Amino acid sequence: MKQFIKRYLGPALVLCGTAFMAIGVWADELEVILAKAVRICLECIGIG
Amino acid sequence: MDKKTKKQQHVRLGIQALWALVSNSYLLGFVQGKIYQGPLKRLCLPGLNCYSCPGALGSCPIGAFQAVIGGREHRFPFFVAGFLIFLGALTGRFVCGFLCPFGLIQELLHKIPFFKKIGTFRGDKLLRKLKYVIFAVFVVLLPLFAVDLIGQGPPWFCKLLCPAGTLEGGVPLVLLGEGLRGAIGWLYAWKNALLIALLLLSILIYRPFCKYLCPLGAVYSLFNGIAVLRHRVDESKCVGCGACAKACPMQVDPRRRPNDAECIRCGICRSICPTDAIEWTHCLKK
Repeated sequence: MKQFIKRYLGPALVLCGTAFMAIGVWADELEVILAKAVRICLECIGIG
Repeated sequence: MDKKTKKQQHVRLGIQALWALVSNSYLLGFVQGKIYQGPLKRLCLPGLNCYSCPGALGSCPIGAFQAVIGGREHRFPFFVAGFLIFLGALTGRFVCGFLCPFGLIQELLHKIPFFKKIGTFRGDKLLRKLKYVIFAVFVVLLPLFAVDLIGQGPPWFCKLLCPAGTLEGGVPLVLLGEGLRGAIGWLYAWKNALLIALLLLSILIYRPFCKYLCPLGAVYSLFNGIAVLRHRVDESKCVGCGACAKACPMQVDPRRRPNDAECIRCGICRSICPTDAIEWTHCLKK
């Protein structure tokens, strides 16, 4: 069982990650990221 | 280090440098003191690369994660989480070793000769758990619960800790923008002090930020043991000389744990092995 998990958990999670990314795109998450990323992040640079 | 290992490491550093240049190639930003605002910014870069770096073409995954989870609706960041799971499950910490600009800077600084380099020390192992605490507290919990009046959680990791943001975004933008220069205060001083301390420490210790503080490395490290791309030690070839463990800059013993959470897949162990007992493999190979 342990061997089976070690063998197939990686590929299963790759698929799971792909599905999550698809859900994120469908839920317009990329627009939230874009809105944050195109403005200078004052917190990130130590001013905000 | 023998010739073969040196050559392999030069190739790796070359890939890191090339990737850092490509992903930060909006050169106009460095001239004008502005950041790239095009459509590529929707996408995450694999390594710790501040999206307020004037040259950055993509987003930082840790910054993007906090932006979504800390938004007014506190949504689960499906895209960023999926991106991290995808890359982690595919390659483990390969990104740390090959595609992280801040890792590259620390590595280059570690090449500066100093009379005594520090490999490990008392409390080293425990301190390496700190990056998981930083991910949980500064990237997840604080943006969720420490919110402002309208319910938005600031990107606490970026705000208080991230040295990549200071180096790649803070320093160039403040140097180039008069308006920003007038706005700097204690936070900017704190972040610069932290950055300088980490850069100086990098001369003594190999990648101190990656070892002890990086939340992105913490996430990728969770997948090292089960990733599709992994290391394998051929027991029939291994002569137990210990050269791999001695050479590992992350203090991993590949004979015992070839896919340890701390392994950044730099490949020194593979190229230094006198019998070529350590090899790349994938999880489906018997």
